Amino acid sequence: MQAAEQPPALLRVDGVTLQYKTREHLVTATYRVSFEVLPSDRFVLLGPSGCGKSTLLKAVGGYLNPVEGRITLKGATVTRPGPDRVMVFQEFDQLLPWKTVKQNVMFALESSGRLKGPEAADRAMAYIEKVKLTRFADSYPHMLSGGMKQRVAIARGMAMEPDILLMDEPFAALDALTRRKMQDELLQLWEGTRFTVLFVTHSIPEAIRIGNRILLLSPHPGQVKAELNSDGTDPEDPATSERLSERIHRMLFAEHDAIEEPPVHV
Amino acid sequence: MSSPPIARPEYVREQVQEHDFDVVNKPLTAWERVRDNTLVRRLFILAVLAGIWQAYAAYLDNALVLPTFVETMRSFVARVWSGELLLKSWVSLKVLMQGYALGLALALVFTILAMSSRLGNDLLETLTAMLNPLPAIALLPLALIWLGLGNPSIVFVLVHAVMWPIALNTHSGFMGVSGTMRMVGRNYGLTGVRYVGMILIPAAFPSILAGLKIGWAFAWRTLIAAELVFGTTSGSGGLGWFIYENKNLLDIPAVFSGLFAVIIIGLAVENLVFRIIEQRTILKWGMHS
Repeated sequence: MQAAEQPPALLRVDGVTLQYKTREHLVTATYRVSFEVLPSDRFVLLGPSGCGKSTLLKAVGGYLNPVEGRITLKGATVTRPGPDRVMVFQEFDQLLPWKTVKQNVMFALESSGRLKGPEAADRAMAYIEKVKLTRFADSYPHMLSGGMKQRVAIARGMAMEPDILLMDEPFAALDALTRRKMQDELLQLWEGTRFTVLFVTHSIPEAIRIGNRILLLSPHPGQVKAELNSDGTDPEDPATSERLSERIHRMLFAEHDAIEEPPVHV
Repeated sequence: MSSPPIARPEYVREQVQEHDFDVVNKPLTAWERVRDNTLVRRLFILAVLAGIWQAYAAYLDNALVLPTFVETMRSFVARVWSGELLLKSWVSLKVLMQGYALGLALALVFTILAMSSRLGNDLLETLTAMLNPLPAIALLPLALIWLGLGNPSIVFVLVHAVMWPIALNTHSGFMGVSGTMRMVGRNYGLTGVRYVGMILIPAAFPSILAGLKIGWAFAWRTLIAAELVFGTTSGSGGLGWFIYENKNLLDIPAVFSGLFAVIIIGLAVENLVFRIIEQRTILKWGMHS
């Protein structure tokens, strides 16, 4: 395609095999997965449950090391968690309940040593404004709705201005209406700063809306099935995104097609 | 049987504006507010209990078995006024605080050990399993042999009473901190002491506070029991000794006064100290489950 002036990859995942131990088994989550994320990519990892997409994201986060292969960010190998790769989780308890919204964002900036005191406060408030929560800056997380909590988590992640934002199904626990709204907001935020984001989801529509590039993983263990371009969000042409959606559907459910019709996702 | 549902007309309504409502908020009546006040309700219960006591004691008419409520209160006030009860309470509280503080410190050391290695974890779990069910007072004879007749023995027993429940609760609180929260802490570069102080302790605070409360109650009853058993050390005994002494003198209203003092101190610590800590932390953070 337009590979002529491709910039160097920001994140490179190279032949990564991930295993984790449960009480009884050693489970292989992914097998020799490779992909590259370019700066300002909205890169989506998509696959059914069991394809190791969350495990893969945790490995990029530095929470577990690959048994084979390498993960490099800006050329440096990832070995441990660090503030250059900020995670946004699905769970609402990622906010510290003993801190207010503002303190939660400031805590991240201060404990990572990014900023101190008034500078941290200013940066925190700037990003809280971006997610439209200025009125709630002094509220505690338990007073917020699920969508608001996720917005705080996104503000906290963005305030860190990390090299890459890692999002692990951040909207999966929200109701459908809020979820849709949050997707739009995330895209608006991206338009503003063009940050790089690695986004995990199991929802095909969400992947098409959020991503500009989609990595399809097949399960047990997770392996790369395809890497697709998505421009579903740019031209508001439902036909293109529907075609892409069908294509992804066929790939993910290919082996079952003979037996049953794939369920229609909305 | 089942005919298709009848078609109904659709409708769309204008929203009523806020200022068109009659009642958006209306103050509660004074009586409703009094009934909503926990303190008022509890004082009411106490008054009823005191009334029952007074009536039964008057009916029994035997001050050696059960003095009336009024008589007890008179004795209580007189002994507070003379300073005797205050002094005894102070003696008890002083010993109590020593044991409590020491037990808390040791509990912390043990939990940190348990958090930092698997062996430490096994050590704490084995020790608490063995020693937590052992009544502290059962160690008193040994303490007397090892440490002699005096404060150190009582403090030793108190430490035993306080340490295990606090360690157990703190540890299980730490273990229960959610994986997400741990990952958040590590994501922003927290390790070691900062990680424990900024993530684990606040996240486990509900359990820690429960442990502190249990430890306090255990310490208090162990102390009174220990004083009852061998009473005075270095001249002036505490509340337990006060109760024991007055029993020997058959001054039953004074015995009740002593018990009263124990109850009042317990209530005060529960409602002032722990209640306030709870309001400023767990309740404010919405962490009570």
